Formats: sequence, structure tokens, C-alpha cells
Amino acid sequence: MSAIEISNLAKTYQVGFFRKTEKAALKNLTLEVHEGEIFGYLGPNGAGKTTTLKLLMGLMFPTAGTASILGRPISDPQVKRSIGFLPEQPYFYDYLTARELLEYYASLSDVPAKERSSRAQRMLDRVGLGGAANTQLRKFSKGMLQRAGIAQAIIHDPKIVFLDEPMSGLDPIGRREVRDLIQELNDEGKTVFFSTHILSDAETLCDRVAVLNRGELQGVGVVADLLAETVGKREVIWEGASTALDALGTKVKIVGDIARTVIDDRQADAAIDAIRHAGGRLKSLMPVQGALEDYFLKHTEPGAGAEVKSE
Amino acid sequence: MTTSRIGHIAYNTFREAVRDRVLYNLIFFALLLLASTPLFGKISIGLERIVLVNLGLTAVTIFGMLISIFIGIGLVSKEIDKKTLYTVLSRPVRRWEFILGKYFGLGLTLLVNTFFMAVGFLAALLYIAHGFQRSDVQLLGALYFIMLQFMVIIAITLLFSSFSSPMLSALFAFGYFVIGNFAEELRGAANLLDGVSRAIVLGISYLVPNFTAMNVISQVAHSEGITGALLLQNSLYAIFYSAAALSAAILIFENRDLK
Ligand SMILES: Nc1ncnc2c1ncn2[C@@H]1O[C@H](COP(=O)(O)OP(=O)(O)O)[C@@H](O)[C@H]1O
Ligand SMILES: [Mg+2]
Repeated sequence: MSAIEISNLAKTYQVGFFRKTEKAALKNLTLEVHEGEIFGYLGPNGAGKTTTLKLLMGLMFPTAGTASILGRPISDPQVKRSIGFLPEQPYFYDYLTARELLEYYASLSDVPAKERSSRAQRMLDRVGLGGAANTQLRKFSKGMLQRAGIAQAIIHDPKIVFLDEPMSGLDPIGRREVRDLIQELNDEGKTVFFSTHILSDAETLCDRVAVLNRGELQGVGVVADLLAETVGKREVIWEGASTALDALGTKVKIVGDIARTVIDDRQADAAIDAIRHAGGRLKSLMPVQGALEDYFLKHTEPGAGAEVKSE
Repeated sequence: MTTSRIGHIAYNTFREAVRDRVLYNLIFFALLLLASTPLFGKISIGLERIVLVNLGLTAVTIFGMLISIFIGIGLVSKEIDKKTLYTVLSRPVRRWEFILGKYFGLGLTLLVNTFFMAVGFLAALLYIAHGFQRSDVQLLGALYFIMLQFMVIIAITLLFSSFSSPMLSALFAFGYFVIGNFAEELRGAANLLDGVSRAIVLGISYLVPNFTAMNVISQVAHSEGITGALLLQNSLYAIFYSAAALSAAILIFENRDLK
């Protein structure tokens, strides 16, 4: 059974009050997320990530299409027992303490009364807020709110955790901790679906990613496969005969006796021959280690309002 | 589990009101009663009592009504604006459970609020009259009717705020409260008109809650009794009116996109 199955999902917003115009925020999305994977949902700001998550959470209703979670349609209330959700830039009842907040959410998720307080404490410890359990949320920093947000998303031990931009707004240490936490949740067998516009976060964590731009899916797959598609280039390093590859027209960097250039995969054989022919000595011929960023840039033209950020 | 979730949402709503110091209005209420005591200085005991009952119960009504409307307009919209609703509705909480939880939470807030105001009011009465009389039991009936009015006005405020902005909702709800207090006068006035205008005025008079029937302040001030029939009639009326308003609010909210 797949964890999440989305088919032809679409959402059009009505914008404006008097003269209504339509804004297609999500177009015909079809996507499958397997049980037990960490799935990255990537796209620049305004791509439609939050829209997708709100549709999956039943906060909004799709203009077209369907989605199911663990084999049940998302409109089935039963679905909510097995999912946890961290909204984008979360905000909570600021008159509650962190402990009260988590106990409240536990009760709304039907956690038995006698387990609520111990679970709340355990979750707070887990996200590093154990010391702030009795502090009112109005005194929390943005990073602390984000942690509280993660704690509330997992307090009821869900099978699938949905996180909308879980690392944004955090400092490098905080980001690292969230990454570790996502990995831990996955090790416990939970499926994690998270959105981000920061590529490096996804690159290290995800089993598979989907790239979204302007409401349209650009590609989905194992990170390595997506990268292979983008790159297809090799770096050649050789010694002596520095002009050997001039015929290929690539830019050659020469340091002392060593020359270096980047060529197309298809030119690899020709390049080896040419170097040997000119009396040079091949030192290395390696595929260029592509970054997800290259793929991202290729598939998302940063148009109006869109912003690609890599950190 | 439904009832337990509704209960928790109600309790959290109550807790918010308490921590936001909504009950501070009780201090104003006490000050108002205190400031009004010189009024009673020279008039006879009988008149004193009438004035105090009128003033006290009217103040309870107005204070409670203002709290009902001003918290009521934000019950849902604040949770949408601050997105706290996202983390509630992504749990096994149904939208109608959320609305009912909010309704009963504010109801509980007003119950506690009204209780304290009633205690202050009865203490003032004890102070000027040096004792209670048998007919003072009627005052409890009047307070009960006031509480019924709050429950109706909260339901109406929730309904208005399910499709309009907080400011407009407050205006609508306040208008409803005022017109509702003249529901029976309006009915009388309609009979003086004819044709379309008569139909319109009559329509409005039946649409707004009949607060005239629930307002027994001047009767109890004059120690007139409240009949059992009125008690039953007002209770049923408030229940049905609130249920209708809440159902409409839920119907609108169920289909709403939380953007
Ligand atoms: N409530 C809304 N009303 C109108 N347009 C919206 C609304 N929310 C989002 N949009 C538009 O839909 C598109 C997708 O937004 P969103 O899903 O928030 O993107 P992301 O989360 O990927 O940054 C954007 O162009 C945004 O401007
Ligand atoms: Mg977003």
C-alpha cells in the first residue's frame, strides 16, 4: 500500500472580490509516496507546495482530482488518526505553556488521558524543549515555535508526518537538528513528507523528491537519478600535451603541467584518444558530481515572485 | 470521543478568555454598582430595590452581551488568521465539533462571568434591603433568561462571523440584539402597516430572536412572578433558535476553504 496517492489534483484560487480572476496554484498533480520513505517536495516560493499540503490535510477542497492516504480517501475522518502536520511558520495558542499545548493536542488526537502528560514531556525532551515545558508560548522564539510545532505533529505517534518548510527560519544548528529528527522519525518507520525551497536539506535526507514549479510537477524520482539526467558531464584531468583537447572547444584550465576541463559524456572516448595521441597522460575521468540545484535551476525559471534559494 | 473533543475545545476557549483577563470586566461591573449606590441614598426602600434590580440586571445583560459579541466574532476568525486551526483540523476533529466546542466554551465563560456578576448584584441588594424576600427567587429566573439570551447571541455571532468580517459580524450581532429586544413592539407596529412593508417588518420581527420575552427585568423589579410556562417557552425557544443558527454556521463552515 502506498502512503500517499495523489491523482490529478488541482486547485484554483478565486482572487479579488468584485472582479474575480482565477489563479491556478496547482495543476493536475499525480504523485505517489511509498510507505517508509522520506519524500522531499521541492519548489521555489509560490510553486504550490503549501497549497498541496492544505489540500491533503482537508483544510481546503480541491478544484479537481483526488488523493488518498494509507488507502483511504482524504475526506475519511479516519485518515487523521494516522497523520501529523506541521504548518508553514507555525503559530500556537500563546496563552498556553508548551506542556499545556501538547496535552491539548494529544486530547484532540484521542490520546488516552493517562498518557497525555508523559507523552507531552517525552516529545518536549525530544525536540529540545524539555526545559521550557512550563513557559508560555508567547515567550518562545521562532526556532522554539518550530520545535513545538514538530512536537505537536508527532505527539500522537502518527504513521505519516507532513512538514511544511520545517527548516526555514532556523539557524544552521537548528536546521541540522531538524534534519536529524526527520531521519530518526524515518528510522522508527514513519513516512515523512516535507516541503522545502532549500535544496541542500532535501539532498542529504530524501529517498525521493518531487520538483514543483508554478503548480506543475517537473519531475519525481530518486535524487541520484534526477541528478544523472541533469549532468551527463565528465571532468578530464591529464598531464602534458595541454592543447590535446582544444578541438573540443571546451575551456581548459592549466596549472603547471596539469590540464583540466569538463566535457560531455559522449565525448569521453574521443577525448581519451586525443590525449593519448598527443602524448599526454590521462590522470582522471570522473562524472561531474551534480547538485540537485542544477536540476532545480533547469526546471524552474525564477519568474515573477519565484525565488530559488540554496544555502 | 466526539464529546471529549468538543469538551477540550470548549475548555481551551474558556482558558483563553480567563488568561486574556476577560473577567476583568467584573471589576468594572463592581465599580459601576458601587458608583451607583449614592443614587439610592434618599429614596425609600421599596423604590431603591426597584432601581437597583433594573440597573443591576440591565448591566449584567449589557456586559455579557458585549463579551459575547466581542469574543464571539473572533472565535473562529482568529484561529483562521493565526492558523492555529490548521493544527486542530489536521487531527480527528470534525469541523462541526470545533464550532460546537467554541460555542460551549464561550457559553461557559459567560456562565462564570454571569455568576460573579450575579453574586455582586445580590450582595448589593442585600446591602440596601438588609435581607432577601421570598419573591427574590424570581431574580434567579431573570438571570437564567439573561443567560439564555447570551447563548442565542453567541450562536448568532458565530453564524455571522462564518461569512463576514469580524467588524461586520459585530455590527450585525449588535443590531440583532437591539432589534431582538423590540421584537414584540415590531410585531405590533407591523399590524399598523399593510402590503409589502407589513410583510417585511413582520418577517424581520420573527427572524430576530425574541428577546422581549426573555427580558423580565422590569417584572421582577416589581416582584411580579415568572410563570412556569414562560420558563419552558423561553428555554425551548432559545434551544431551537441557537440550534438553527449553529446549524447554519456549521453548514457554511464545513464547505469553507481555509486559505
Ligand atoms: N489564499 C490564496 N489566495 C490566492 N492565491 C493564493 C492563495 N494562497 C496561495 N496563493 C497563490 O498560489 C500559488 C501557490 O502558493 P503556495 O501553495 O503557498 O506556494 P508555496 O508553498 O510553494 O510557496 C502562489 O502563486 C500564491 O500566490
Ligand atoms: Mg509554502
